[in-house]
Amino acid sequence: MKSGRARVLLIGYGNPGRMDDGLGPALAACIEGLGIPGVAVESDYQLTVEHAHDISNYDVTIFVDADTSGREPFYFNRLAPSVTSGLGSHEVSPGEVVSLALTLFGAKTRSYMLGIRGYEFNGFGERLSNLASRNLQAAVDFISTVVSKGNFEEAAKEFTDKGKACVEICVDNISLN
Amino acid sequence: MSTDNKLKRVIIEPVTRVEGHGKVSILLDEKNQVKQARLHIVEFRGFERFVQGRPYWEMPVLTQRLCGICPVSHHLAAAKALDMIVGADKLTPTAEKMRRLMHYGQVFQSHALHFFHLCSPDLLFGFEADPSIRNVIGVAKKYPALAVQGVMMRKYGQEVIKMTAGKKIHGTGAVPGGINKNLSTAERDILLKDVKQMMDWSQGALKIAKDYTVEHLTELAPFGSFDSNHMSLIRKDGAMDLYHGNLRAIDAQGEKIFDQLNYAKYYDYIAEEVRSWSYMKFPFIKQLGPENGWYRVGPLARLNTCDFIDTPEAEKARKEFKAVAVGKPINITMASHWARMIELLHSMEKIRDLLNDKDLQGKDLVVKGRRREEGIGLLEAPRGTLFHHYRVNKNDQIEMANLIVSTTNNNEAMNRAVQKVAQDKLSGQKITEGLLNNIEVAIRAYDPCLSCATHAMGRMPLTVEIFDHEGNLLDRKEKS
Repeated sequence: MKSGRARVLLIGYGNPGRMDDGLGPALAACIEGLGIPGVAVESDYQLTVEHAHDISNYDVTIFVDADTSGREPFYFNRLAPSVTSGLGSHEVSPGEVVSLALTLFGAKTRSYMLGIRGYEFNGFGERLSNLASRNLQAAVDFISTVVSKGNFEEAAKEFTDKGKACVEICVDNISLN
Repeated sequence: MSTDNKLKRVIIEPVTRVEGHGKVSILLDEKNQVKQARLHIVEFRGFERFVQGRPYWEMPVLTQRLCGICPVSHHLAAAKALDMIVGADKLTPTAEKMRRLMHYGQVFQSHALHFFHLCSPDLLFGFEADPSIRNVIGVAKKYPALAVQGVMMRKYGQEVIKMTAGKKIHGTGAVPGGINKNLSTAERDILLKDVKQMMDWSQGALKIAKDYTVEHLTELAPFGSFDSNHMSLIRKDGAMDLYHGNLRAIDAQGEKIFDQLNYAKYYDYIAEEVRSWSYMKFPFIKQLGPENGWYRVGPLARLNTCDFIDTPEAEKARKEFKAVAVGKPINITMASHWARMIELLHSMEKIRDLLNDKDLQGKDLVVKGRRREEGIGLLEAPRGTLFHHYRVNKNDQIEMANLIVSTTNNNEAMNRAVQKVAQDKLSGQKITEGLLNNIEVAIRAYDPCLSCATHAMGRMPLTVEIFDHEGNLLDRKEKS
């Protein structure tokens, strides 16, 4: 892989109709809006098996999801293939997507998980809670910097928050493709 | 936990590889015999209240948020209901065929996903196999060609959806009175390229399901099985029709309960019972009452209710399927997988035929007529009959919404399946993870979508708890 020029796929997933569960698509909308060269963005309701084929065409994949109880405001981890799926359903986990991509398509993509802390998941509503919006702001600034620099491995150890506001344009511009 | 001092309760929560959150509780007596088994739905959906006050034209997009796997079913059912509200009693050929293409793409991808990645681990490795192997990764490692087919068939169905609905997820293609785009020749040609491959793989999947069922018929026949009524939409000539038709219900012997019923009057014939232990209602046919009027929907029901299938390969497969019960309805729960693969093939035949229909490039997309205050739309979603019912006020706001989703229609049937398997497999046995998976296999035959809701990380693992008759925890098992 060529450092700094990696083909990057960012997949934000979640249900924007269930409050903070929409953090993944909200971040994807923000990143898409920034138009960073070499970065493809996808939004989806949930991960399914065909994402294994999608990610096999990229050097780096970043999965972005809301997290119910993780580190605030977000975390960024290197993602290992998952070989057990006791909890799978119609959706699959990011680790399973990576494992399927590796097993079925020989994918060499390096994968990372960006988990953004959310707080309100049980209500209906196409909006983020105030705290989740704050965390989204931090995550967008963080990941946009990382993909621009290509320093994924270093960043995976940092969990950095360098907040710059973009929430106002993101949450009103969620687009699932 | 039971308060009866001679009973023990086993709780499984949540059920794995089904959508949303479910819980199974099994009540044992002091001799370890299963007294009662129930499938509980623990998440309250509340969607019907959520949409009240919203503009009616938002429904085809908004209701898709119910589900990440079959959003197109909600998209189209809502659009059909709104057709009634805008007075569009007959769509243009382009609009109807575009919607049908979208729907068959949806059924195709959903059935492929279920068979290859949810059901096949059970069939290929055995119901009680080690769960660390009996999963989609296990299939990918041992049967990579099969797993690739599953991925690519799902992807193809998603492409059909993208080109008809505008997006793979939460598209906007269907609007009240029609559609907002046709299929360009460029889009058509992209989809046509893979038709033969998809047909071949569909035939292959059907063969696996058929051969497995026939080979294991002796043990599968009683597994989670019971006599039941069956219901689906049906075309006027009795053909299977997944997009539109009238309602037909038959009993376990194949006698018609009602036939060619205009679904706009469904509420005169179908009622829903509420039970205190589940958020999911229990629909039933009014004239038979809740005790005898419950029914099954979905692939098995559709194969039982229809007189024929109007595509040649699927019709040939239907005749082979029906031969198992010599003209009677098939009440074998596990035959659902075979039925589902017949529908997979039927959907692909329909996609192929529609792609060669020039009406898809037509320009006449929307019709309107006299506005009404009420709209009802039904279709056959991958998991069964889906009802959308709306009433709107003079300001075009939703006043009332009632959705009966496929899984709700199968609520009683899934509970019966759980009860049957629990009694047959668990009574008097030491409860093991392998035995418990038998319960999940029976539920998965219905491919339930339990809530289609929040999926963020941090879920509970599968938990099984066993209490003695005094309320003491005897055992606890977790899957992770």
